[in-house]
Amino acid sequence: MSASAIFILDLKGKVLISRNYMGNMDMNKVDHFMPIMMRMEEDADSSPLVTHGSAHFLWIKHRNLYLVAMTKKNANAALVYSFLYKMVEVFKEYFKELEEESIRDNFVTVYELMDEVMDFGFPQTTDSKILQEYITQQGHKLDVGAPRPPATVTNAVSWRSEGIKYRKNEVFMDVIESVNLLVSATGSVLRSEIVGSIKLKVVLSGMPELRLGLNDKVLFEITGREKSKTVELEDVKFHQCVRLSRFENDRTISFIPPDGESELMSYRLNTTVSRTHTHTRVHTSPLLHVNLLSSVCQVKPLIWIESVIEKFSHSRVEIKVKARSQFKSRSTANNVAIMVPVPSDVDSPKFKTSTGSCKYLPEKSAVQWNIKSFPGGKEYMMRAHFGLPSVESTELEGRRPITVNFEIPYFTVSGIQVRYLKIIEKSGYEALPWVRYITQSGDYQLRTN
Amino acid sequence: MEWANQLCENRQFGSKMTDSKYFTTTKKGEIFELKAELNSDKKEKKKEAVKKVIASMTVGKDVSALFPDVVNCMQTDNLELKKLVYLYLMNYAKSQPDMAIMAVNTFVKDCEDANPLIRALAVRTMGCIRVDKITEYLCEPLRKCLKDEDPYVRKTAAVCVAKLHDINAQLVEDQGFLDTLKDLISDSNPMVVANAVAALSEIAESHPNSNLLDLNPQSINKLLTALNECTEWGQIFILDCLANYTPRDDRESQSICERVTPRLSHANSAVVLSAVKVLMKFMEMLPKDLDYYSTLLKKLAPPLVTLLSAEPELQYVALRNINLIVQKRPEILKHEMKVFFVKYNDPIYVKLEKLDIMIRLASQANIAQVLAELKEYATEVDVDFVRKAVRAIGRCAIKVEQSAERCVSTLLDLIQTKVNYVVQEAIVVIKDIFRKYPNKYESVIATLCENLDSLDEPEARAAMIWIVGEYAERIDNADELLESFLEGFHDESTQVQLQLLTAIVKLFLKKPTETQELVQQVLSLATQDSDNPDLRDRGYIYWRLLSTDPVAAKEVVLAEKPLISEETDLIEPTLLEELICHIGTLASVYHKPPSAFVEGSRGVMHKRLPARTGSGESTESPDVGTAAGGSAPEAAPSIIPSQGDLLGDLLNLDMAPPTTSGPPPPTTGMQMGGMDLLGGGLDSLVGISHSVDPYLGGDIGGSPAMGAGFGAAPAVMPASLNAPVGGGLGDLFDLGGVGMPMGAYIPPKIVWLPAMKAKGLEISGTFARRAGVIQMELILTNKAMSVMTDFAIQFNRNSFGLAPAGPLQVLTPLGPNQTIEVSLPLSTVGPVMKMDPLNNLQVAVKNNIDVFYFSCQYPISMLFVEDGKMERQVFLATWKDIPNDNESQFQIKDCHLNSDAASSKLQGSNIFTIAKRTVEGQDMLYMSIKLSNGIWVLAELRVQAGNPNYTISLKCRAPEVSQCVFQCYEAVLKN
Repeated sequence: MSASAIFILDLKGKVLISRNYMGNMDMNKVDHFMPIMMRMEEDADSSPLVTHGSAHFLWIKHRNLYLVAMTKKNANAALVYSFLYKMVEVFKEYFKELEEESIRDNFVTVYELMDEVMDFGFPQTTDSKILQEYITQQGHKLDVGAPRPPATVTNAVSWRSEGIKYRKNEVFMDVIESVNLLVSATGSVLRSEIVGSIKLKVVLSGMPELRLGLNDKVLFEITGREKSKTVELEDVKFHQCVRLSRFENDRTISFIPPDGESELMSYRLNTTVSRTHTHTRVHTSPLLHVNLLSSVCQVKPLIWIESVIEKFSHSRVEIKVKARSQFKSRSTANNVAIMVPVPSDVDSPKFKTSTGSCKYLPEKSAVQWNIKSFPGGKEYMMRAHFGLPSVESTELEGRRPITVNFEIPYFTVSGIQVRYLKIIEKSGYEALPWVRYITQSGDYQLRTN
Repeated sequence: MEWANQLCENRQFGSKMTDSKYFTTTKKGEIFELKAELNSDKKEKKKEAVKKVIASMTVGKDVSALFPDVVNCMQTDNLELKKLVYLYLMNYAKSQPDMAIMAVNTFVKDCEDANPLIRALAVRTMGCIRVDKITEYLCEPLRKCLKDEDPYVRKTAAVCVAKLHDINAQLVEDQGFLDTLKDLISDSNPMVVANAVAALSEIAESHPNSNLLDLNPQSINKLLTALNECTEWGQIFILDCLANYTPRDDRESQSICERVTPRLSHANSAVVLSAVKVLMKFMEMLPKDLDYYSTLLKKLAPPLVTLLSAEPELQYVALRNINLIVQKRPEILKHEMKVFFVKYNDPIYVKLEKLDIMIRLASQANIAQVLAELKEYATEVDVDFVRKAVRAIGRCAIKVEQSAERCVSTLLDLIQTKVNYVVQEAIVVIKDIFRKYPNKYESVIATLCENLDSLDEPEARAAMIWIVGEYAERIDNADELLESFLEGFHDESTQVQLQLLTAIVKLFLKKPTETQELVQQVLSLATQDSDNPDLRDRGYIYWRLLSTDPVAAKEVVLAEKPLISEETDLIEPTLLEELICHIGTLASVYHKPPSAFVEGSRGVMHKRLPARTGSGESTESPDVGTAAGGSAPEAAPSIIPSQGDLLGDLLNLDMAPPTTSGPPPPTTGMQMGGMDLLGGGLDSLVGISHSVDPYLGGDIGGSPAMGAGFGAAPAVMPASLNAPVGGGLGDLFDLGGVGMPMGAYIPPKIVWLPAMKAKGLEISGTFARRAGVIQMELILTNKAMSVMTDFAIQFNRNSFGLAPAGPLQVLTPLGPNQTIEVSLPLSTVGPVMKMDPLNNLQVAVKNNIDVFYFSCQYPISMLFVEDGKMERQVFLATWKDIPNDNESQFQIKDCHLNSDAASSKLQGSNIFTIAKRTVEGQDMLYMSIKLSNGIWVLAELRVQAGNPNYTISLKCRAPEVSQCVFQCYEAVLKN
């Protein structure tokens, strides 16, 4: 069904640890993996799926490790990759960081975990919080304190154990929006998208029932409150704990939360301006008029960059960059870092900025312009000057984009709001939800000429 | 081991707290030491020793010698130690089967431990020890564990059944474990249900006929309920299992879809993809005019787009699947072009896939943006990506006519960059643009010619030569240009040689006076100095043509070429359907059916999409007589295949871009060479013997050397299309009219009307189709005493409107005991009435004595018309367009012909083979038949070497004829 065996390899392809789940393949086949990878690398090729004879290797790389699943069947590839990433997550929860050392230092636990998270190629329990309840790093005497499988493992609520107790019950919510932007060299926005995420830190006793209310457009339409400011989420993804059928029926987000930190949901909004959004919502009720142009939020790119990069062969490169913040002046972007690509063979950098400071990063072949605090509605300039060697390097360089990093606290681009978080537990305690909003740069690229 | 040693050095000064210290004992005599430690009385020491053993095992050291000592540690009350010993057992039991028995008792005991964790651990491990002797002992514990009160144990035991089945299937069946497993589908615990489903699916996969999963509305309902409560993985097991179910009607289909759609909001991409699979499959059954259908279409787009924000490997899987989905249902993502724009930091495999999808989504509405992007990509530095981008521009030109001009000028700009590989790619695609839009862009030829010298890749050289040959009359110095290539003729690749040969012949035909010497030179190079049979053969053909009939040569070589059309490398519809059923799996990533890469899956049924059912579509139900001819051609886009594409138009393959959409593009030098024969000259040669006959082209290309090229063709398609055994020139001559085509099948004459029933007149006869004329061949015998005269014949209305085309020609009176043979030509324009059986014909014969009636059945093959050879593209589109429930499958038993013999035999009866592909020794012949009333019948005949039983699938808009058509196949093949 999925993996016959899973290997963790070092960068040279040596097996650090492995687990043979199905016993239907020769474990030595993995020796072919690295040579194939090297050959592909020589051809400047790369694929997350490599084949040797009847063996298929699905791999991911994490730090200095390869996690490789081997199969000879028509495995569910999506499941395998998603499982490998989950394994990384579990190991990270256990060992803080997953790398060669941590595997060696904890090989007994690694074996135990590998035994528990997958059986005969079928992924089993992969929730690290639950695993930690019965796979611990201390040896156990069977008669005394040997753990039993927590009922949670097999329960419908497989992510939260019973009997959790806190003195003070609280929930912290972070609404984090990442802005992905792709701008062409001619300055038109090709793609602009918000990927939002609601993260929870749950400090609640017992088995609380939570209900989250957002200013979700579809929900407001159902309930007939169309006048309020709403957000139309294009696609929403939920944590295992959210009752998906319920959401599908009446847009209610109801769940029993996992304890501690978790990502409750993520959502996506396309904010590319040029897109004429004419999808017709057919309402069954004649009272509701058909809504032709829905309120796609047409967001200007939060930080707009104009750049001129002039290259005078054999002598110099001159760079002019103008950065403009296009959000309301009551918000401020923090830790703005604008990375401007330069040829790899430049020397003698000179900078001039109207604010902030510049750094030449030779290892990245880029100039980094840092602006600690960038209020809305402002415009700053930066100029850079580099020398070029008289002998031109023969290597062709790609035209790398300018990238921007920033974060804007207390602000969401989409305008999403948490209207309420209802917490109900049978013991009837009072619990307080805390909400924090932040917007940050995601994949924010502006192509250069 | 190295790292263990290193580590030990590094670690000696550092912390001793971590497990890495166990790796420090790799010194001489350690086995001995370990043995002592394992047998120590001190528990702590024992445990440490086992850890050291496991550490050694981990670094690949053979510690099997310690087997008995480690097994002795098994009976421990320390859980961690127990797990380690179990781990050791799993690794070494196979090499020490006799000693493994020692462990059995402990296993059995542990299966009854008070702690469910231990019970599960024992049953889980036991299943992993693949030693027959142990397996026997596993049965009883397993039986108990399957009924254990703790769900953790039950869910582990469920998987164990699959393990045991893998080792000893018979045992599992005998012990009745399968039934217990089926019962677990109704377990109260969702995880147990999920694992039971997973185990059953796994077992069912290796035993496709076992009907294990026995899915019915009740069990489906249970699964759907469990779906809401399982872990994410369990949800995937269940969704994948659901995807194997075929709902009874559209209503059931819709209700399942409704319950599956919420899964599209799951955070796990694999859950989303499995849900997409179920929806894509069941959607097939929904009537398109249903509101729900369009709602569902809309719901699919956002989650597919979101998958592109996943980790790169998952993005890749998603993109490969989206590639399938946009081919199956282009409407889902048609507005989402921009999400496939390439980002600078995308991995190369993601970039290439995005590019592919961009071209598929390109349309007049978005072409400007697409082109701007492609131009951007074409100036990147990554060679593969740039090449693909340049080709993509050419594909856009061909696909969106309005954009052709802009594409051409973009390509010219790119040629100006003088970047070598960009120029070469551009020239290759410009050649296709010339073919698509003749007499429009030839003005750019001059620019192309400037770059002649920089071309060093065979494909680009061949393309350029083709252009020079094709437009020789417009290029003043065409002879010089071609001559310059001729100097190094023998160093060129076959592809270039062939192209050069054709180009020079073209040139000669256009400017005979100046180029005689040149053409002689190339003909002699090709025929006398070359070892390449294809080159020689082509050379000889030209030579003979030129020397015997220059006018014919002109008609052949300079014939008008068929236009090439827009869509490239679409996946063949049956394969596409199969792949849609495998969304999310390796098959969907490779774009190959599982049977192509999974060992031992040959007998496994190919998955198909369910057929549309229900009331909504009833108007579409086929009707004999009216559904004639099919409106398919305009319905589906026509296709330029990539090499190896099943139903490709072979004619333009010589130059078609090798658009490899398979993950690792295996380009072989051979394949282009092989295809090239079909190009330039010969395609037009073919053009006169048959209007357009791609099949012939394929045959020419199919000589042995070519076969290899085909075989190694891209991974995209398992098919090597029609590499025929007969091969080579034989077929060429055959179609050219030299060989004798085999005649149509004519059944032996039988008595239709016995003398007893007709006052002494006996009529026997048969039907035949001779030279396109249907004939009823009759033998009339007078067994009466008196002379018979005044014969006449009449038909009742019948299914295909058969009627005598003239009077029954019995001119002289028929005396007693006299016999006369008569042929009655038939027409098909008579009145139509559906008969049962379809091919039943009621006949009235009159003479001076009386009128007699009889009925007879004609072989439907006599209605197969000569122009029943469908074009590949049309075939493909039609096959796709005919609903699946119109398909019927038959077996033809005891037929000992090979596929080629069968094919030519069938051709005699106007059953035309359009393409052939071979998958794992199984030949699949794709055939078309056209009935006299315009009904098309498409067939797929599977012939397995050494197996006398053929399988035939027939698809027709009027499925009623299938049975009759099948009978004809049988009759033709067996006679």
